[in-house]
Amino acid sequence: MNQPGTAWGRLPGAPQRLVALTDRFQALPDEPSLLTFGNGRSYGDVGRNDGGTLLIGRGLDRFIGFDPATGRLECEAGVLLSEIIDLVLPSGWFPPVTPGTRFVTVGGAIANDVHGKNHHRAGSFGNHILEFELLRSDGQILRCSRDQNPDWFAATVGGLGLTGLIRRATLQLKRVPGPWIRGDSQRFANLKAFFAITAASDGDYEYTVAWLDCSATGANLGRGIFIRGNHAPATEAPPSGRVLRMPITPPISLVNSLSLRAFNTLYYHRPAAQVNQALWHYRPFFYPLDGILEWNRMYGPSGFYQYQCVLPTEGAIDILSEMLGRIGRSGLGSFLLVLKTFGAVPSLGMLSFPRPGATLALDFPNRGAETLALLNTLDDLTRAAGGAVYPAKDARMSAASFQSYFPAWRGFSRYVDPKFSSSFWRRVTGDVA
Amino acid sequence: MRRILIMGATSAIAEATAREFALLGDALMLVGRNAERLQAIAEDLKLRGAKQAETYVLDAREMMAYPKLLDETSLRLGGLDTALIAHGTLSDQALCETSIETMLNEFRVNGVSAMVLCAELANRFEAQGHGTIAVISSVAGDRGRQSNYVYGSAKAAVTTFTSGLRQRLYNKGVRVVTIKPGFVDTPMTASFKKGPLWASPASVGKVIARGMILGKPVIYVPWFWRGIMSIIKLVPEFVFQRLRI
Ligand SMILES: Cc1cc2nc3c(=O)[nH]c(=O)nc-3n(C[C@H](O)[C@H](O)[C@H](O)COP(=O)(O)OP(=O)(O)OC[C@H]3O[C@@H](n4cnc5c(N)ncnc54)[C@H](O)[C@@H]3O)c2cc1C
Ligand SMILES: NC(=O)c1ccc[n+]([C@@H]2O[C@H](COP(=O)([O-])OP(=O)(O)OC[C@H]3O[C@@H](n4cnc5c(N)ncnc54)[C@H](OP(=O)(O)O)[C@@H]3O)[C@@H](O)[C@H]2O)c1
Repeated sequence: MNQPGTAWGRLPGAPQRLVALTDRFQALPDEPSLLTFGNGRSYGDVGRNDGGTLLIGRGLDRFIGFDPATGRLECEAGVLLSEIIDLVLPSGWFPPVTPGTRFVTVGGAIANDVHGKNHHRAGSFGNHILEFELLRSDGQILRCSRDQNPDWFAATVGGLGLTGLIRRATLQLKRVPGPWIRGDSQRFANLKAFFAITAASDGDYEYTVAWLDCSATGANLGRGIFIRGNHAPATEAPPSGRVLRMPITPPISLVNSLSLRAFNTLYYHRPAAQVNQALWHYRPFFYPLDGILEWNRMYGPSGFYQYQCVLPTEGAIDILSEMLGRIGRSGLGSFLLVLKTFGAVPSLGMLSFPRPGATLALDFPNRGAETLALLNTLDDLTRAAGGAVYPAKDARMSAASFQSYFPAWRGFSRYVDPKFSSSFWRRVTGDVA
Repeated sequence: MRRILIMGATSAIAEATAREFALLGDALMLVGRNAERLQAIAEDLKLRGAKQAETYVLDAREMMAYPKLLDETSLRLGGLDTALIAHGTLSDQALCETSIETMLNEFRVNGVSAMVLCAELANRFEAQGHGTIAVISSVAGDRGRQSNYVYGSAKAAVTTFTSGLRQRLYNKGVRVVTIKPGFVDTPMTASFKKGPLWASPASVGKVIARGMILGKPVIYVPWFWRGIMSIIKLVPEFVFQRLRI
């Protein structure tokens, strides 16, 4: 079991008092500093409250209503996307947006306004939330939607759990023909080619994503594999009788630069990297890492960082090249980088991360000061480009960086519940309360 | 389709078990103290596939009300063939040592009420010639320890009682299942520090439901507790008395 209170990056922190939530009727405990813990899939400290109290939100795991005719689902906020899929897929529905793991709670998905491989079509998770109920520490219950308490809706979507406890939510699911995804995967030689394939694919493919080889240098810099797909009807037979089971599982291993180079080259060149017609089950397609439970432990006891930023498309190639170069030379990064473009659908949250541009994400084992210094230079590049870093993945960005990435933070802070706080929030606002 | 009564249906372990039965399309009567929570669980179980999910508010200590509860359950579910008795409280051992009232209450909740409900169900299931009675006891009932021997001895009574009842009903088509969980991460144990021996209610619920369907006599869950407890039971008393466990 993932220990409640531990974030995905497993970086150390101060003790927290854990309080289990068992149902949606429960009042909040009378404690000075509160934060909700969803399922701990955020990497850094947005879900940590060092020295304070954590409300264990997974206990709120009941379904409240589901209409198979309309695809409206109402549930408590601790329900996992995996549980929703199990319930609704048999009647032809699927989460409208899903991150790269299905083990996230609805509350956590709202609080980080998470995105998926279909951002260019669907926007982020908050775009599909019809309504939710927010419990404030003074006992006030706010029903929030785009029409009702719209300012609270905008503050809470992407609100990093700071506006209060989300107890229940209603979402609009997406119609799908079944559990299959039809698409293809192809190698590309450099970043320019990546953007060209993206431009050619976004219109026809609902889901797109690319894996980049970080160990490649010189002429190979920016090479990778582009994967795209659409939901496919169950009646269609698998192409040429072949069903790919795990074609896009990234090779996870301990990171050292030798094994890294070998692995990446193998990964890039293996036959499955280039498949013209593929039929994937939704699990390996969306959640290649979920089959390897607790892979995050492989980085060892000091934990790891993930860096995810978004850069405006204009000029992105130059900045990405610069970042890739620095990461490659440092030998501190992991070997696979995820690259994807965000579309123009506006996010609804005041602090939502997704915005038009290219987003990249990769892991860094925690090597202390060296790692932090490298990440700070990446931040300098992101800031200069007018981009932003994703709080859900972050454990180290400076207050100045955060405030430049999310200029709405000051207005947002009016909606922060006086009793709610997080290690992240104290760090990026310099607030010591 | 089973027609199942669950006493203490708001318990985390009971709810997880009920979800397994819901997936199988069974009909459920949920009994507990908190009407609003029972209702929420009933709605959820119906969405997960339960044929029917009814609720009934009753404190398990109101034992004289059991016949009426069982009548009402049979009426609403159109019969009754399975029961899971899950309610319980983790007694405050220190308070039990100084308060007669507390100790009696702990016995009533964790011991007497479960046995009385078993007795009442036994007669009905015996008469109809089939049924399954499952009771959540505990590994704590396998041997008394200073940290929780009031709770433990109430559970020991349940274990012994169900063992006898199992023999009595063996040839009557009625199965009696004694469930002995180890450490399960539920509200009851929210304040405990969790380690590798701890199990989730969901995994425990799966094992319990399967054991009930198969009519297993004694279920240790997770399974390794059978080994741990058989060793603990072997320690001679003259040694055991000195241990600080
Ligand atoms: C393998 C992997 C792949 C991922 N891929 C993606 C991806 O593709 N796209 C993406 O956007 N993210 C991705 N993520 C990140 C993940 O989707 C987010 O961090 C998500 O928010 C985690 O949800 P959680 O339920 O685990 O919440 P936690 O991480 O426990 O908490 C997240 C935030 O939600 C708040 N919160 C939780 N529940 C509630 C509630 N009931 N009320 C109020 N606030 C609440 C917490 O306070 C915290 O601020 C990935 C993570 C992993 C491990
Ligand atoms: N968790 C463990 O590690 C563990 C180990 C061994 C055995 N067990 C046993 O497993 C069973 C289920 O416990 P759990 O772990 O799931 O804990 P739980 O979630 O705290 O459940 C206990 C349930 O018992 C109910 N209850 C208590 N007193 C009651 C009464 N007088 N009348 C009716 N209902 C009453 C409670 O209802 P309210 O909500 O109304 O209080 C609660 O729903 C218990 O018998 C427990 O002894 C647990």
